[in-house]
Amino acid sequence: MTALEVAGLHFSYPDGRQALRGVDLTLAEGERVALLGPNGAGKTTLVLHLNGILHGGAGRVIVDGLAVRPRDRVALTELRRRVGIVFQDPDDQLFLPTVAEDVAFGPANLGLRGEELAARVDEALAAVGMSEHRDRVPHHLSFGQRRRVAVATVLAMRPSLLVLDEPSSNLDPASRRELAEILEGLAVTTLMVTHDLPYALQLCPRAVVLDEGRVVADGPTAELLADADLLARHRLELPFGFAFSRPLP
Amino acid sequence: MGAGHAHWLHRDHDSPVHRLAPEVKITAAVLCTVAVVLTPREAFGAFAAYLVLIGAVAGLARVGPGWLIRRSAIELPFVLFAVVLPFTGHGPRTQVLGVALSVEGLYAGWNILVKGTLGVLVSLLLAATTTPRELIVGLDRLRCPQILVQIATFMLRYLQVLVDEARRMRVARLARGYDPRFLWQVRAFAAGIGALFLRAFERGERVYLAMLSRGYTGRLPEGRAPKASKTQWTAGLSVVAATAVIAVVS
Repeated sequence: MTALEVAGLHFSYPDGRQALRGVDLTLAEGERVALLGPNGAGKTTLVLHLNGILHGGAGRVIVDGLAVRPRDRVALTELRRRVGIVFQDPDDQLFLPTVAEDVAFGPANLGLRGEELAARVDEALAAVGMSEHRDRVPHHLSFGQRRRVAVATVLAMRPSLLVLDEPSSNLDPASRRELAEILEGLAVTTLMVTHDLPYALQLCPRAVVLDEGRVVADGPTAELLADADLLARHRLELPFGFAFSRPLP
Repeated sequence: MGAGHAHWLHRDHDSPVHRLAPEVKITAAVLCTVAVVLTPREAFGAFAAYLVLIGAVAGLARVGPGWLIRRSAIELPFVLFAVVLPFTGHGPRTQVLGVALSVEGLYAGWNILVKGTLGVLVSLLLAATTTPRELIVGLDRLRCPQILVQIATFMLRYLQVLVDEARRMRVARLARGYDPRFLWQVRAFAAGIGALFLRAFERGERVYLAMLSRGYTGRLPEGRAPKASKTQWTAGLSVVAATAVIAVVS
């Protein structure tokens, strides 16, 4: 079963800058894929196409069999349920006064109320290990905890595709590992946008490199990261002291 | 609701007044203030009775008089005007400690002072027993326009984020040897305010995108605090009734 199909996707911003020049990408159900690429490669633009926030160029996006049609409001709501985007800065995502209210925001928009809504919130907070912080003010949580709550706000909508924008950025090593453990435990199809190549290797068996609005490489993460020429061509670099001379077994 | 405990006006403990639903407390506070304002200024007994009533509610809420008096200092700039009135007023004069004061001015000053003070005390009691978050929920349930409720919600959430950002920017300025002592050095501060505005604006865009991604359609879902019961309304409105009786009898 195909979880996500992007074909021939083009997009230009109103100022004329062409961000996507024919992106093709297919994700099978249950796959965890890293989306790599330098700054300005079009990663965020692609992500915002997945739930119909950006649209208008050529090409098509199909999520779990549902085509993105920006004019169809009912389909758009369903699309935004299916595609859960966790943004880079948790302070952008968490805008309500308590953790539980914020986690309830998505499912409440889908029409859930009462017991059913409460059950969703409990389930999502439990999945990221934040149940005991449900009544806290987001501002009083640590950055790592806020990132986990941001993941919960999206899980509460039971998405079929989880999109993470730089999930490891600004995390201390322990929070980074804890988040990896949580993400590994989720059974949902995941697209992870990241500059953190070791994190991509740890979590995603497959990686896709996007540069200048096109997919320029697609394969097993270990193989891509061992290809020094490929990395250099697309401004990707392993942190100091890291090197993969050959694919890991 | 566990929000807003860090707020400096809120007294974080449990009492029958704290447990009252926010919409009841807001309604009671507004109606009581209206009754106080409508009371004729010559009805000195009525104002004493109001003070006793406020004292009784404060006692029930376990909010001490010392706390109320310190916090009510906020009205000082406003009542300063009231002190001037007896000296500048026209009409018949009376001798107080050898100083000729305008009778009309004395009444006008007293009117501002007593009604202002009682109003501030009522507001302080509301703030002491209700978290900012509950206030917003209460306003929403009282059919306050959605746009105002949402603005208040966002302010509550992002004020602290903005204050932190401003503090980081200030530290970064100081770290580069900025030491403002004179008015003409205020330029960097002004530029900082501009940068802060831009950052807030951009954050607004990102927050909105994140909300859209979670299916936002223009209305925030309601909080989960229990709504006011009939008993709660009766309790809250009995205070209003007492105030109204005092106002009418006077």
